[in-house]
Amino acid sequence: MNSIIEVKGLTKRYNGFTAVNHINFEVKKGEVFGFLGPNGAGKTTTIRMFTGLSKPKEGKASILGLDINSVIVQIKKYIGVVPEISNLYDELTALDNLLFMAQLYDVPKSMRRKKAEELLKTFRLNERKDSLFRTFSRGMKRALTIAAALIHNPEVLFLDEPTVGLDVVAARSLRNLISNLRQQGVTIFLTTHYLEEADLLCDRVAILVKGRILAIDTPKSLKAKTDKKSLEEAFMKITGLEPEVLAIEKGR
Amino acid sequence: MWEDNLRGIFYIALKDIKTYYFKPPAVSWGIVFPITWILGFYLRNPGSFEELVPGLIAMTILFSTTAAEAVVINFELRLGSLERLLLAPISVAAVLLGKVLGGIIFGFVMTTVVTVASVVILRLHPNIFYLILITIPSLFVFSSLGALLCVMVKEVFEAQTLLNLPRFLMIFLSGVVYPIPKMPLALQYFSKVLPLTYTIDGLRRSFSIGLDKTVFFRYFNSHLFFLSFYYTGGKVALQKV
Repeated sequence: MNSIIEVKGLTKRYNGFTAVNHINFEVKKGEVFGFLGPNGAGKTTTIRMFTGLSKPKEGKASILGLDINSVIVQIKKYIGVVPEISNLYDELTALDNLLFMAQLYDVPKSMRRKKAEELLKTFRLNERKDSLFRTFSRGMKRALTIAAALIHNPEVLFLDEPTVGLDVVAARSLRNLISNLRQQGVTIFLTTHYLEEADLLCDRVAILVKGRILAIDTPKSLKAKTDKKSLEEAFMKITGLEPEVLAIEKGR
Repeated sequence: MWEDNLRGIFYIALKDIKTYYFKPPAVSWGIVFPITWILGFYLRNPGSFEELVPGLIAMTILFSTTAAEAVVINFELRLGSLERLLLAPISVAAVLLGKVLGGIIFGFVMTTVVTVASVVILRLHPNIFYLILITIPSLFVFSSLGALLCVMVKEVFEAQTLLNLPRFLMIFLSGVVYPIPKMPLALQYFSKVLPLTYTIDGLRRSFSIGLDKTVFFRYFNSHLFFLSFYYTGGKVALQKV
């Protein structure tokens, strides 16, 4: 199985508003796939459908060959999710939060503490392992939420704006971690507003506007096709935001 | 699959008990509040302890099982941490049952304390078998009722307000403080759809007032209430996902 994620005609509507409109794409094993788009483009809605938090209205999607409409609970065993909001438990310590996640994901009992402590070390949180989550800074909360998503060694990792709120060092460390995970064969589905980050990390990106995919390609090809030097400029051209930006710049 | 769900139910309940229950606000709602209420009514209108204690136990069941559910469900919903549970490889029904089980365990401990203390101090002789037969399913009923009401709204304050509606309605209309036969006929009929009516009646029978096998009817009735509340709660929760 080469394609880890397969999406055909996936659609989501809320009260007449189409948030995701018949999107089609595939993500290959070990690929870092960027899902880019302005606010309200449908990026988070797509991730919510993949992770069972929202049901598609139309279309099909499968992860690791398993249909999201019929066996979502089974799929959840193999995926890790970092939502847009850092949503661990305020009243639990960093270590207890990770141990609780390990229990839910059936990490073998003998491995739970070891794995949790390894992750705390990776994210430089080991000195605060006994502090309550609510006492953490925004960046530390983000880091622990990412650590929680990795506790069961997922095969596919969904990252929704993972570096928002992280300081430069933590963001850099996360990028290194993403590169390491890719080398280990983990497939990564990433949404980000930081196009430089996407350019640096992603093997391919999809550009989504108003629920529709306008382009899917490698960052290099997108830049070449649009005759732009950066992914940000290419993104502006593809999404049609370029004239808007130029007008703002002219008005300065 | 069912092993995953069972594991999830257990750990969610354990986490909730550790995090939210057995804290001053929950203990206050679960035990201090019912004792104060019952004592207040007793002092105004003294009766036999066999009449009083079942009311106290019923109120403890009602208040302790629902004491922290607004926090356990709605607070986590607002913070997004409930979503974290929905991302785990367990069903939505298992997540809800985990939440309900936390209330059941807390309610069981509170009810046991109140019952044992009352029986020992007041030297009562209930039928322990009937008492357990009525208490256990009642814990399930009121915890699932609390969960159902909490999943219907978003905010903690909305859940607290909504929870108080059936709580106080049942205190006055289920025979805890005022005998049902003395109520107007319409209210007597209405009391039959309130689950606390069956709990209080069953508990009174366990305390030897008209001890008979109809207690089994109350036992099965409680199961029906639990199943309907839990099923509806699960449906509402699924719609909200």
